[in-house]
Parts: sequence; C-alpha cells; structure tokens
Amino acid sequence: MMYALCFMVFLVGLYGVSCKKNIVKIILGVVIMEYALNLFLVLLGYRRGGIPPILDRSMETTQFASQAVDPLPQALVLTSIVIGLGTLSLMVAIAIRLYERYGTFDVTEIRKLKG
Amino acid sequence: MNWRDTLVPFYTALPLCGAFLIPMVSRKVRWFADFFAILILTLLVAGCGALFGHQQVYTFGNWPAPYGIVLVLDPLSWLLLFLVNLIGLMAAIFSVPYIERLYTSKLRYCSLFLLMIAGMNGMVLTGDLFNLFVFMEIATIASYALVGFGCEARELEASFKYLVIGTIGSSFILLAIALLYGKTATLNMADIARQIAPLQSDPLVLFSFVLCLVGFFIKAAVVPFHAWLPDAHPSAPSPVSAMLSGVVIKAVGVYALVRLVFNVFGFSHLTGQILVGAGILSMMVGVILAVNQWDFKRLLAYHSVSQIGYVILGIGLGTPLGIAGGLFHLFNHSLFKSLLFLDSGSVEYETGTRDLNRMGDLAQKMPVTSLSTLVASLSISGIPPFNGFWSKLLIILACVQAGRPGAALWAVAGSILTLSSFTKVLRYAFFGRGQKFDEASWKEYREVPVLMLVPTIFLALLCLAASILAAGGEHGFFGDATGVLLRGAGSYITTVLGGQG
Repeated sequence: MMYALCFMVFLVGLYGVSCKKNIVKIILGVVIMEYALNLFLVLLGYRRGGIPPILDRSMETTQFASQAVDPLPQALVLTSIVIGLGTLSLMVAIAIRLYERYGTFDVTEIRKLKG
Repeated sequence: MNWRDTLVPFYTALPLCGAFLIPMVSRKVRWFADFFAILILTLLVAGCGALFGHQQVYTFGNWPAPYGIVLVLDPLSWLLLFLVNLIGLMAAIFSVPYIERLYTSKLRYCSLFLLMIAGMNGMVLTGDLFNLFVFMEIATIASYALVGFGCEARELEASFKYLVIGTIGSSFILLAIALLYGKTATLNMADIARQIAPLQSDPLVLFSFVLCLVGFFIKAAVVPFHAWLPDAHPSAPSPVSAMLSGVVIKAVGVYALVRLVFNVFGFSHLTGQILVGAGILSMMVGVILAVNQWDFKRLLAYHSVSQIGYVILGIGLGTPLGIAGGLFHLFNHSLFKSLLFLDSGSVEYETGTRDLNRMGDLAQKMPVTSLSTLVASLSISGIPPFNGFWSKLLIILACVQAGRPGAALWAVAGSILTLSSFTKVLRYAFFGRGQKFDEASWKEYREVPVLMLVPTIFLALLCLAASILAAGGEHGFFGDATGVLLRGAGSYITTVLGGQG
C-alpha cells in the first residue's frame, strides 16, 4: 500500500517533468521524483516496532535479527539525498543563468537549438 | 599479494584527489592544473598497460564479497578502463591550448574533467549496484556542468535539457536498484544475479529490468531516448565533446547496460530482440538526421547516435561473433569519434565557426588536421583498411550468421549514408570548392599548436593500427571480453563470489 503511494508520487513527479512548461515547475517535478525514491528506499528498511540496528551484549543474535530495522537503506538514502542536492543545485544555477540569457522561464521560448 | 593487485583502487582515488587538489593549488601555480591532470592520466594509462590480461576482485577493507563493496577487474572492465583513460589523456592534452584561448576558467575545467574520469573509472570497475549508481551520478553531474561550461544561451539550454533527461534516467535506474534490493536484500551484482536466476518471470524482477533498460537507453542515447544528445554534445567544449561521444555514452550507457543484461539479469531471446530492434532504429534514425546537418559538431553528434546503434545491434545478436564485433566497434568508435570531435575543435579554434557552409579549402592551411579528419571519416564510413571497416564487417557477418540478413542490409545501408554525409564534411570544409572565409582572416589561418596536433596524429595512427585487432574475430583481442558477456551470469558469480556460486 505504502509502496503504491510512493510510486504514485514518483509518477506525479514524472508528470511534472514531462508536461510542465515552466522551468521552475520542471525542477520541482524532478525534486518530487527524487523524494518519492528516497521515501521508497527508506520504507524498504522499515519494520513496524523495529529496534535500532545496534547489537549490545544483552541481546540474543536471533532476536536481534528478527527485530532490528535494516540499516543499509538508511545509508543509501543519505547518499541519494546528497546526490539529489548536487543535481538540484546545478539545475537551479543553470535555471538562473537561463533566465538571465532568455528573460523567461518558459521552455517553449527557450529554443535556439534545433535540427 | 602481487603489486598489480594494489593498482585498481587508484583508478578512482587518483582522479578524485586531482579534482580536489587542482582548485587549491592552481590559484597560486597557474600551470599546475594542466600538468597535474595530464600526469594523473598518463599514470593511469600506464597502469592499464600493466593490468592487461589481469583479473582480480578487490575488496574494500577486506570485507568479503557479498557484504563489502568490491571492485571487479575483468577483461570487459579493462577494455572500458583503457578507453576512458586513453581518450581522457588525449582530450586533456588537447585542452591545454584550446581552453586557454576559447574559455576562461582552466582550473574549474580540469577539476570537473578529472571528476568525470573518476566517475567513469569507478563505474566500469565496481561490482556493487548502488556504487554503480553513485559513480554514474559523479560522472554525469560533472558532464552536465561541462556541457554548460561556456555559459552562453545555447550551452545553458543544452545543459538543462541534458540534466533533466539524464536525471529522469538516473531516477529510473535508482528505482530499479531499490526494487532489486527489496527483492534480494543485497546490492552486490553477482549476489543479485545468483538470487534472481530462479525468478526470471517474477513481475518485480521484470519491472526492474525494464526500468534499467530504459534508464541506460537514455544514458546511451539509443533512439527513442536520444533527443538530448545532439544538443548536449556539440555545446560542450570540443575536448569534452570528444569525451562525451567517445567514452561517456559508452561507459555510462552501453557498458552498464550490457553488464546488467548479460551478467546480472541473464540474456534471453526477447532481450536480444529488443536490443537488435533498438540498434537498427538508432542506426538508421541517427544517420538520416545526420545527413542534412550543417553544423559540423551537430552532424558528428547524430553520428554518435547512429554508431551506438551498431554497437547495440552487434551485442544484441548474442552470438560470439556479434558481441566481439560490437565491442570492437565500441573500441573503434571511441577512437575515431573523439578524433573527429578534436578536429572539429581545431577548426573552431582557428576559424571560430562550426558552420560547414562558411568553410572550405582548409586543407591548404591546416594540412595535418585535414589529413586526420580524412582518416577518421574513412574509418567511420567503413572504408578498408581502417578499423571501422573491420568492426562493421564483423557485425554484418554476425548478422548473416545469426540468420538476420535484414539487419545486415540495414547495417550496410547505414554505412553508405554515413559515407555520404562525411563526403559532404570533407568536401565543404577541407578539400576543393574554394574557400568561403573573408580574405583578411583567411591569411591569418594556420595549423593549430603542436599540443593540439599530437593527440589527433596519435589517434589517427591508432585508427589505422586498430585494424590489426580484427584478426581472429571472436577469438582475437576481444575474445576475453566477449567471453565475459557470453558466459553470462554464472561465470560472473563465480568470478566475484568465488566458489560459493
């Protein structure tokens, strides 16, 4: 259920990227897509009533394995957030420069390249 | 432990160090950026020489394979590693005078350039799926920035387009990785391959396979997803175009695609059909769009789409000869396409234009550049004895052998159209027709500086020399790399995980 919702958020982002004409909205679409993915990654490791994945001496290994949440997706999501930040800042920087050159955010008017 | 075993991690470590050292040091010492970039790349190319025929699995921090991150060096990785660093070195040497004259910030350029190399090296070496994604992003983010490096209207437009489409591709790939992780609870490519082998028709696996396919088709600019390439590649500075067309679409797109298709998901008849279809489509669409281009670099960019089609077609056949031909063509395309982009850079450096209509007779003023363009054009159009002929021949023979004479026919037709469009380039820009520049600037034109000539001459010689590699067909130079793909997931699992597979 949660996964399906995530996927729908992803599709919303994809719709924004592919159908919107304003550059800022396209950027927001990309951001929504990335957030949907991050949410999905973190949900993969989620476990209802799970405990932090830290093994201390008092715990049984088998009990630990059956209760602890999966730490790996959390590490992945951190990396993917940082990558998203890199892409986003580059995109915004380019968008600002584009506005300086063309005086518009409308992609249908930014068309010097063709052929 | 053999001394060669310690070389592998340096392929990402050295360029990364360089990328961060250059901005710090070059502010004080101006020549440092070029010098350091070229030094690093020379070392890496030399390292490739030492690693030839070597095979190893490098574990980070001695964590064994399915748990830790591994770097896997096998013949296929070696081939790509060699290409990335060789073309990188050539482009870096070419950049020294080129960036000095046409662009401003040398140190940012060199830093981004090394970042791109580091990403691609990591990508072809890694045996971990998420690691692959991270390195891919390092390489592509650096290349987005390099495409928009000139900060003019067109360059920014191309860069933005490339960025948005590239990010969609990356998101698809990340989604596929997340799904696979959810299914198998591992990120090691060999381990994933082992676990999904019995689940071939599982809907989740199929869905992630399709996502991967689309994602890497976008990165490789295969035809329905090629729209960004003809904008992005010509807008970059010429040495970067040479890198983008020469190796980025191959390391980031084709390599990752074939690695996943053959070694992780397993090659099937249907996959082969998809690859062959996509290959023929991009081969033809690319070349037909290329024929009526008047912008020199844009024409070359469309040919990249078309030539990648040949590579995908050859590999998609799935026969030993087809894969060998595809890999050989990939190798050759790196050489002649980067050479062509460097030559177009020389022309732009001297005359300041890329419009074929406004050139003419440049052979009188720039004999070496014209000669190397001639060599590269003959190679790309498949004229013997140059390397492009042999690899196309192998692919066409493989098509016939695999019982697809139709595909062979398309390949021949594509080759003829390629020839016609390069005849146009040669005639309008270099030979005959009389010059179309104004008299005052015509007198000023002369051959470009030596540092720009050295890489072009070297690549032209390689174009000729690489013909030898055709000897032996699927048992020759590309035999080992072909074997890696042909033996499929099973042998990859054994290589990476040892006996447990």
